Amino acid sequence: MGTLAFDLAHLLAGGMLVLSFLLLYQDRITAVINVFAWQAIALSLSVAWQSIVQEAPHLVATAVIALVVKGFLIPFALHRIVRRLDIHREVEQVIGGGPTMLTGLALVALAILLVQPVREAGGTLTREDLAFALAIILLGLLMMITRRNAVTQIIGFMSIENGLILAASGAKGMPLVVEVSVAFSVLIALIVFGVFVFRIRERFDTVDVSALDRFRGERRER
Amino acid sequence: MPLVVALLCIAAFFAVAVLAAALGQRRDPTTTVYAASLAISTVLLLTALAHLIAGGPTLSVRMPFGLPVLGAHFRLDALSAFFLIVIDLGGAVASLYALGYGRHEDAPMRVLPYYPAFLAAMNLVVLADDAFAFLLSWEFMSLSSWAIVISHHREPANVRAAYIYLLMACFGTLSLLLAFGLLAGANGSFAFASIRGAEHTAWASGLAIILVLIGAGSKAGLVPLHVWLPLAHPAAPSHASALLSGVMTKVGVYAFIRIVFDLIGSPSPWFGLVVLAIGGITAFLGVLYALMQHDLKRLLAYHTVENIGIIFIGLGLALAFRANGIYFAAALAFTGALFHVFNHSVFKSLLFFGAGAVLTATHERDMERLGGLIHRMPKTAIAFLIGCMAISALPPLNGFVSEWLTFQAILASPQLPQWGLKLTIPAVGALLALSAALAAACFVKAFGTTFLGRPRTPAAANAVEVDRFSLAAMFILAGLCVFAGILPGIVIDGLAPAVAQLVGGVMPKQSAMAWLTIVPVEQSRSSYNGLIIFVFMVSSGTLTALAIHRFATRATRRSDIWDCGFPLDAPQTQYTPSSFAQPIRRVFGTVVFRVHEVLDMPQPGDTRAGHFGVRVIDPVWRFGYGPLARGIGWLAKHFDRLQFLTIRSYLTLVFCALILLLVVVAAWR
Repeated sequence: MGTLAFDLAHLLAGGMLVLSFLLLYQDRITAVINVFAWQAIALSLSVAWQSIVQEAPHLVATAVIALVVKGFLIPFALHRIVRRLDIHREVEQVIGGGPTMLTGLALVALAILLVQPVREAGGTLTREDLAFALAIILLGLLMMITRRNAVTQIIGFMSIENGLILAASGAKGMPLVVEVSVAFSVLIALIVFGVFVFRIRERFDTVDVSALDRFRGERRER
Repeated sequence: MPLVVALLCIAAFFAVAVLAAALGQRRDPTTTVYAASLAISTVLLLTALAHLIAGGPTLSVRMPFGLPVLGAHFRLDALSAFFLIVIDLGGAVASLYALGYGRHEDAPMRVLPYYPAFLAAMNLVVLADDAFAFLLSWEFMSLSSWAIVISHHREPANVRAAYIYLLMACFGTLSLLLAFGLLAGANGSFAFASIRGAEHTAWASGLAIILVLIGAGSKAGLVPLHVWLPLAHPAAPSHASALLSGVMTKVGVYAFIRIVFDLIGSPSPWFGLVVLAIGGITAFLGVLYALMQHDLKRLLAYHTVENIGIIFIGLGLALAFRANGIYFAAALAFTGALFHVFNHSVFKSLLFFGAGAVLTATHERDMERLGGLIHRMPKTAIAFLIGCMAISALPPLNGFVSEWLTFQAILASPQLPQWGLKLTIPAVGALLALSAALAAACFVKAFGTTFLGRPRTPAAANAVEVDRFSLAAMFILAGLCVFAGILPGIVIDGLAPAVAQLVGGVMPKQSAMAWLTIVPVEQSRSSYNGLIIFVFMVSSGTLTALAIHRFATRATRRSDIWDCGFPLDAPQTQYTPSSFAQPIRRVFGTVVFRVHEVLDMPQPGDTRAGHFGVRVIDPVWRFGYGPLARGIGWLAKHFDRLQFLTIRSYLTLVFCALILLLVVVAAWR
């Protein structure tokens, strides 16, 4: 395994991480969806490269699923939802862009700190990938909790899933069946989320999830 | 073979429980259930007795149910055989008693299905040979006994008692669970055989001992975990009270012995000190509580606390001696503890049966409203008197022998190398002596005010003797008290296999001694002969009675009883339980219980009634459980807010928890 294998793998995984930061930074919904599509494409490239390096042909299937489902199908569906529902195009943030980015940086540092001492469990390739993947997962979670809009929460969830696939593809010998079932569960999650978004829109004329909290009557009047 | 018989008997108990639940809808199965329980308990008792006497080998069996990898292990060794005897003797006699007593039950179906299940669970606990089977049967025992405690659920006090019992039982099982988790180690080998074989680090075994003290102690009734006993034991029907107080507390003692002596191996001698100190405090406080009580069954329950303290003093001594390699003294102390386990199960069951008989005859538990029952219930009175003498440790009865053995072990304490132990053990011995004396005072009060004097209420005046089954059960136990007191050597020799298995030494063989004497260490140090004392007491008593009858006048004289110069006919002028307890209450109660006597005396010339009241503050509730309950309530009130957060706040909570844990992992490494 030459340095090229390392460099390219790190480049792709690092690219995904950069795209995660871009996701956090965007304040327009269409742009968020587009960046997510790019992240999925980067994921599929990364997995494809892993399949070449590890000589594991079944990873190609993973890459193709990621590309088709998450690179095109899901972004397309989300665009459709946004257009059909005429959702307010600006992302409402709970915490401003600057502090979010700083928090994200701290999370990346934490991820690297955590993974760095792992030595024996696989090659260096796995280790670095694991650090990137953990950072992407944490950033996805951060995105879910700092955004009010239901669509951006869906994107945050999907980006967590991207991080999981990245981590799993680095590990040697992930069976295809796992990947397929994960892909299906993501699709089902998308459907559930889609129905959910439509319902919220029908009822409250907004996809701001805080409307839900008011509806549940569980936000205490202060 | 004996193990298979025992397991079959346990299965039969469960079958009886299921049958009782199924049949109970159509007809009253009281007699069937108690007769079946009596038969099964007797079979189990004889099996275990035969196994222990014959010195049978340790048997074990693995059943194909339970945890998938583990299965369910059961094992019969000398210790389990001894505890099987204790449990099934209690079970058999209680069933015999209940054949008569159970007929007075208002709602028999609230007790009947749980009674055999409770017996089965107690038997299973002492046979279990892996942590899973042990905890499962332990919890089953707690739940079935809880169902019996709450059988008279119309009274709010019983519901409260059952609630407190359930809390303590859950808490105790949690502690035991944690203890087993610690002992099983990272590999999770929960079979007792592998726990026994494993090496335990000092801190793990120390922590496990503390947890077992909490877990088994809450079942046995160590101070300050005793609070549920005096509430729950009287709440149950009397035959079940006898089982709860006389037998189930012993299962708690068994758990302690099994885990600390058998599984952990050899802890530091300082744990002996901890156990000793807790035992001493338990014995002393238990008897003080009992003195303040005027409810007959609650008084007996508090005495259980005292006797558990005495047993734990013996166990603590055995731990300390064994850790220092002084095996003869360890064997002496351990024999004393096991002997007391047996004795207490016998006389406490007897006393609860007596209290149940009084309750049946008068529907009263308050001693202030009893009196003069010796004329109405002479047989019950005799059996109850023997139980009172035995629990007060009067020779020649059995209670004396076990407490005397414990004292002999205390006298061996100067041989210990640790100065802390050398100085503490005599202090604990003083506590033990004090509680024995106070127990005697307490039972003079219990017997005197219940059975002697004149009846204080019409209910007591109209009492009639109870049925034959109840009397038979009481007299069997009274006979055992006398038997084990006069021939203690047989019991000590019977205990020898269990003692040898756990402390590595045995007492000298007692049946070889001349004239049925028992000699704990050697002839020159000390010996006791129950038979000689018995013969002496009988002969001197007879001679004195003869002499009095011979030389005294036979003329009958009538005069007023205790009239204090004021010939009033009302039975209220008699000495009452409170007046009996007053001197001791004034000496000890003001310090321990902050007793205040409130006197409301009308002015001269005023015609209203005067009042005299006693206010007692239980320090355990005041400074222990009260603040604890308030703290939990406060926390619950403030954490209640968590239930009303938004979805995003929940996600944030999850996120923060994740980050916190990751930071801990990163920083810890």
